[in-house]
Amino acid sequence: MQKKNPLVEVKNVRHFYNKGSGSDFLVLDHINLTLYEDEIVCLLGRSGSGKSTLLRVISGLIKPTEGTVTSPDKEVDWVKNNVAMVFQNFALFPWLTVQENVEVGLESLSIKSNEMQSRAIKAIDLIGLDGYENANPRELSGGMQQRVGLARALVVKPQLLLMDEPFSALDVLTEEILRADLLDLWIEGQLNTKCIFMVTHNIEEAMLMADRIILFGSNPGKITGEITINLAHPRNRLAPDFRAMLDNIYAKMTEKDEVSAKNSGLFSGMGMGMVLPYISTNILQGFMETLETNYQGKADLPKLSEILGNNNGEVLQIAEVLHLLRLCEIDDGDVSITPKGKLFALGAIDERKKIFRDHLVTYLPIVTRIHAVLDERKDHSAPISRFLSELGDYMPTLDANETMKAVISWARFAELFAVDESQDKFYLE
Amino acid sequence: MKATTIDLSLINLPKYALYTTLRMFAALFASLLFTFVYATLAAKYRKAELIMIPILDILQSVPVLGFLTFTVTFFVGLFPGYEAGYELAAIFAVFTAQAWNMAFSLYQSLRTVPNNLIEVSRTFKFNPWHKYWRLEIPFAMPGLIWNMMMSMSGSWFFIVASEAISVGDVSVQLPGIGSWLKIAIDNKDLGKIAWAIFAMTAVIILYDQIFFRPIVKWADKFNVGQVASQLKPKSWLYDLIKKTRMLVLLGKPLGKLCNWIIRIKFFSKPTYSKSAKQKNPIIENIYTILWRMLVFSLIIGSIIFLYYYLQAYLSLQTLLHVFYLGFLTLLRVLVLVALATIIWVPIGVWIGLRPGMTAWIQPLAQFLAAFPANILFPVAVIGILHYNLNTNIWLSFLMILGTQWYILFNVIAGASAFPNDMKEVTSIFKIRSWHWWRKIILPAIFPYYVTGALTATGGSWNASIVAEVVSWGTVTLQAEGLGAYITNATNAGDFHQVVLGVTVMSIMIVFCNRLFWKRMYVYAEKHTGYN
Repeated sequence: MQKKNPLVEVKNVRHFYNKGSGSDFLVLDHINLTLYEDEIVCLLGRSGSGKSTLLRVISGLIKPTEGTVTSPDKEVDWVKNNVAMVFQNFALFPWLTVQENVEVGLESLSIKSNEMQSRAIKAIDLIGLDGYENANPRELSGGMQQRVGLARALVVKPQLLLMDEPFSALDVLTEEILRADLLDLWIEGQLNTKCIFMVTHNIEEAMLMADRIILFGSNPGKITGEITINLAHPRNRLAPDFRAMLDNIYAKMTEKDEVSAKNSGLFSGMGMGMVLPYISTNILQGFMETLETNYQGKADLPKLSEILGNNNGEVLQIAEVLHLLRLCEIDDGDVSITPKGKLFALGAIDERKKIFRDHLVTYLPIVTRIHAVLDERKDHSAPISRFLSELGDYMPTLDANETMKAVISWARFAELFAVDESQDKFYLE
Repeated sequence: MKATTIDLSLINLPKYALYTTLRMFAALFASLLFTFVYATLAAKYRKAELIMIPILDILQSVPVLGFLTFTVTFFVGLFPGYEAGYELAAIFAVFTAQAWNMAFSLYQSLRTVPNNLIEVSRTFKFNPWHKYWRLEIPFAMPGLIWNMMMSMSGSWFFIVASEAISVGDVSVQLPGIGSWLKIAIDNKDLGKIAWAIFAMTAVIILYDQIFFRPIVKWADKFNVGQVASQLKPKSWLYDLIKKTRMLVLLGKPLGKLCNWIIRIKFFSKPTYSKSAKQKNPIIENIYTILWRMLVFSLIIGSIIFLYYYLQAYLSLQTLLHVFYLGFLTLLRVLVLVALATIIWVPIGVWIGLRPGMTAWIQPLAQFLAAFPANILFPVAVIGILHYNLNTNIWLSFLMILGTQWYILFNVIAGASAFPNDMKEVTSIFKIRSWHWWRKIILPAIFPYYVTGALTATGGSWNASIVAEVVSWGTVTLQAEGLGAYITNATNAGDFHQVVLGVTVMSIMIVFCNRLFWKRMYVYAEKHTGYN
């Protein structure tokens, strides 16, 4: 194997998220990471784990509380001045044309305007948008908009190209095409960039693109593993070695972490600090039904995600929620139904609600807490905002909102307590 | 003392119309300058914001017309013996009618620039100047332009009232439609009044077509919403300019110049995230407290100043009397807004739900809002005299004459934004009549209604100053109220009374807004609307 040149070194990065109330919240913990030349690295982790924060630290958008991002033998700000970024929601200026949007990347450099134009046109051609120079972003489809985003990043000839879930806002087909085009350009060496660092929650996407996958755990965000992928491009997702590696990654991502495994299963944080993803109860029920009726209660996660036609990051999340509620168990990339889960899957709606209710109260600390408070109060009601701010002590506001949204939707289904969002109230019926 | 003679021969009318228009545009230009400076400072410096925004809030709700006395005195003092002082005073009066909502709009836009675009500007190392013109101002553009149009509409009322100025025994008429009107009223010349109305209508249509339409069409591209709105703004002039090759060629260097200006490196350093800068919360708190104390002492100081200024004059009895007058005017405002609501909400909903109708009624309502109701006051006087009506009741209607349209066109806007699928749902489930009104359409338009009603209320307070005392030739009719009190004090040149009247009115408006409309807003945001 040839000797690799390190391009960017992330050393001992820790980052606290300052909530202003005095208590700091640890988002990134002891991140050490080296990116080398000529590689695509994917940072794989679930949403809310702090991956995007790490990406922003590398880009210089966020200055970490501790630690450094440098390039060996280069000045301190070198990385900051040699990266470009592709954003999840494209982030194009709607009032500029495609070409002007691409030129935006160059405007802060000391470049003559005709050189700016010719470079922009070249980038637009490269990314397959020729003919659309004067179009307005609004007139373009999502896939085309992201191409503009890519051209804008590439036009500055960044040494390191950062991508923040670049395909997740696109439909499956568009995503596939765009990814293939990008890979082609990369392999042909036309991107003028030495390394691509991409954040994603989609395991298959990471598998299709990366030379190296960094597994990212959450709460606080930390690197939990690394997998090198030596498969040749273009990769065939049906090939046995691809499947084998996919299973391997699933297994690694679902591996129980000794500390948290004891009480809270796989979720980041413990007790009240558990960050819960909002997943509709319809999906939870559908998952349980499929698992029980089509797979006799035990299935391989990657296969399941294929059948359900879901993005595999999501399937993992669904399984994890069910695991948390003890309706399923995840182990080594497999998911199997528990006895209660079986009753749930086979039961009628009232039976389901009852099981769901019991498990919510027993296994979700936040629900236990809300239930207890409502129970002991005379009028059996309490403001939602109060619990929201309690959650806020453990996690960033965004996560707290998502968690509360999940709790509300599940409690509604379970008829555990009533919710009046307009009055900001939980109450027992 | 000093009087430019206003010649009521028709040949002069275009000239006067031009003067009036120029004054309004001068004021608009001043308002824009003010807006850019004030809103930018308030949005960028938190310490400045703490005091600037409350001040703006108060300025917005203060009865501007009541200040005419002071501003005239001030500007005339700047240029003693010249007409320029009066010109500036008139322009300033219009400025005070235009500037505040524009500044608010820009400030709010600057505070709500989408985060992802901010990140783009940071990764590509925009310096603050670059970011301001490339990102922040374009983003703020649609709101700002909409508010400019509203301001222009609103300022007709003020230009008519402020061109013919009389403070105490000083009476000056600046050449313009407003003065033409004043003289026509004094001469009881209905024909000349009609001509003034005609000239004004022509001017409104002209500047709408030549100035605002093209700008609105151009600014449509700054709308950030991903989905293009169905109602595309149209402008023949804009299309014409776009099609004229020579103009486009001329425009190119202009565009280049703009780009060059945007790229000037005033500040070499791009801004980085401040999140890493560990702010000491205790020191921050101390700063805030100190700042609040400063603001508070300023307020106390001005109250003490007012007290000393009015001390000789102020007795409990006068104060009570002025408040009593204030309540009379308040009562009028509330009753009239309620009446306007009852009339215009159903009509507005009916129009708003019919897209074809909306397309031509909406501009009409906007025109009616621009139309200075004070022009129609003489008609009311004739009517009241003829039928021998009670002035306390019938003069009141003049207050709402110009401001009721805000309710109408906001309700139209609300109803026309009513989602199609919800329309379908209501027709499928055969939801009808009262139930439909109460459960569906009223909650849906409520936020829009609140905006409209708030504007109408504020406008009515202002209008009370000119509507409670109305004259026709030598006849002057009066209603009892705070507006009449201020007008009479102005005419008598009694500064103490003007200050007292304006202060009391401001207090009542601010309280009214705080206690009532702010709550309505919060309620509307939380419980109604489409989201």
